[in-house]
Amino acid sequence: MGQRPLILKAERLHKSYRMGATAVKVLKGVNLAVEQGQFVAVIGASGSGKSTLLHLLGGLDRPNEGTVCFDDRDLSRMRARELNRYRNEMVGFVFQFYHLLDELNVLENVFLPAMVSRGIVGWWGTRAAARRRAQELLEQLGLQDRAQHKPYQLSGGERQRVAIGRALMNEPRLLLADEPTGNLDSATGNDILAVLERLHQAGQTIVMVTHDERVARRAQRVITLTDGKVKI
Amino acid sequence: MYKLTLIIRYLLKRRITHFAVLTVALCVFIVVVVMTVMNGLVGQFKQKNHDFVGDCVVGTKSLVGFPYYEELMDDLERIECVEAVSPVVKNYALLRPQYDREQYVELLGVDPVRHSRVTNFAQTLGYHADDPANAFVPVYEPNALGCVLGIDLVLWRDARSQYTHDARPRRAAFSLTCFPLNARGAPAMAGTTVVSNRQFYYSDNSHSGIARVDGSTVYIPLEQAQSLCMAGQRRRVSAVHIKFRPGTDLRVGVEEVRGLWGQFKQKRIDAPDGRLLETVTVEDWKEYRRAFIAPMEKEETLMSVMFGFVGITTVFIVFVVFYMIVSHKTRDVGVLKSVGASCAGVMGLFSGFAFVVGLLGSVAGIAGGWLFLARINRIEEWLYQRFGFQLWDRTIYAIGEIPHEVRVHTLAVIALFAIVACLIGALVPAYSAARLRPVETLHGGRT
Repeated sequence: MGQRPLILKAERLHKSYRMGATAVKVLKGVNLAVEQGQFVAVIGASGSGKSTLLHLLGGLDRPNEGTVCFDDRDLSRMRARELNRYRNEMVGFVFQFYHLLDELNVLENVFLPAMVSRGIVGWWGTRAAARRRAQELLEQLGLQDRAQHKPYQLSGGERQRVAIGRALMNEPRLLLADEPTGNLDSATGNDILAVLERLHQAGQTIVMVTHDERVARRAQRVITLTDGKVKI
Repeated sequence: MYKLTLIIRYLLKRRITHFAVLTVALCVFIVVVVMTVMNGLVGQFKQKNHDFVGDCVVGTKSLVGFPYYEELMDDLERIECVEAVSPVVKNYALLRPQYDREQYVELLGVDPVRHSRVTNFAQTLGYHADDPANAFVPVYEPNALGCVLGIDLVLWRDARSQYTHDARPRRAAFSLTCFPLNARGAPAMAGTTVVSNRQFYYSDNSHSGIARVDGSTVYIPLEQAQSLCMAGQRRRVSAVHIKFRPGTDLRVGVEEVRGLWGQFKQKRIDAPDGRLLETVTVEDWKEYRRAFIAPMEKEETLMSVMFGFVGITTVFIVFVVFYMIVSHKTRDVGVLKSVGASCAGVMGLFSGFAFVVGLLGSVAGIAGGWLFLARINRIEEWLYQRFGFQLWDRTIYAIGEIPHEVRVHTLAVIALFAIVACLIGALVPAYSAARLRPVETLHGGRT
């Protein structure tokens, strides 16, 4: 099997945060390349910079030094509008604590990214298609009966599946998962990993961070982050 | 589209939002009710003064008066925009009823027919509204001198602001005493003394609706007033009141009269007693009555300032409410940004939310205010019957109903102000929300 094209490339990433008077260096020159269709797990202890790396890859934060390129486009050179579009169309986020919106039901939470990218007029034209797509996703995730429920009416595993549905809504080329099983029991966590595996098999590129080696082993490739650097 | 959806959901689901809407509604309600009542009172008062005076007055504050007023009236009547003119003598007198204590009154000498063409004098009459020519004819003594008394001088106003009228004026004689002044402004001899005294019979009453006028004014025929108060060779008056034709711009009309007066004075300044013309001014009705209108307008301004503070309070309350909402919704902001929402979008979400809160609060406040105003007099009547409470004691204040006519323009301004107040209140929290970095908001928390 030949080498697939790179979808994501991070070079010499540095990131530090200020904690009062001191600057805490979280990432100290991380290099990372992800091929299209790969399922990459980034493993590391708590505080090793895994989530920070994921945020930089997803354009939620900017590095102090270094570059993140998606399809050879440097995120730091993107304008705010382009970066918003990148987060809306190219990347899907799955968070450890799901982060669903309480005021929306399951179906609405799933098609939220489609709503964000369209104005009122645009939305009325594509509403039906978006609803269909969200319903299909919920069916794939086994949540078709939960469409009208509110997040607080769901179990942890169900909420995480809704979060995966939301992340996949705009058919992003890259799925970023931050400890997707970190808040779930092992059985439910396995279900979620199975979902991710299925997506990977269907060609989805996934970068998942976890502190759990057993979870990381389910990925195609494992990268270890230690003390803000990728362990070779 | 997510903004509209979330605005609706925040409105429906967040109880704190209901309090924000209620706060705005209450503020709007208070402002609508008080401004309507206050505007109504001031508006009524101005209208009554306008009706009492006419459109324009060529007059002097001096009790000596000014001569050549007949020629002036002839000239004025030739001006295109002038519809009618009325000469008036103003003075002070002592009114001495037959069986009561004497009291100080303002004396107005008028030609009732002419004066009715310029002012609403005829409409204020209790018995001669359709026949002002006979206003000074006592029905029980047709050949005697009659006088029209301010209604509060002869009739008792009850707690509902109503007067009990007899079928015809009851027989009553009054003695009027005043100091006649000659053209030089010196007291003139009236017979053997320096006071002139004459008896008049009560022929009618006048209800202008202006408490001060109705409580202290006595109208007598112009010639009687001239002979009582103004001694000298040439007849004089205190003022000539003017009514402009309908559609005449007040300023234009007054300017035209000023122009004419300037030429008129120039021609007669060197004539006998011509120096009295120097004291004469030309004023529109507002200027002429400003001593009475200005305090009311001051109160209105004061009220507006106070409502400015109400507005500031609204801004602050909305600020606090939105600050709390945004504080509780920082995670939502992070989520929205992670799915591609822009800073402007987040700001738009919270600004739109503030707009809707302001709009709903305004609509609710206006509706409540409107309903309350529609029933304000019934409510006051009920309070009076039940508890004997009156907002304005009608035995003291000369108002009938509490004004309750809502002006659409006022409502629009209040609603706009409320919405702007909400937007200002939400500005800082919305901006803070828009500036939030998603990574700061997405750590921890469940759902």
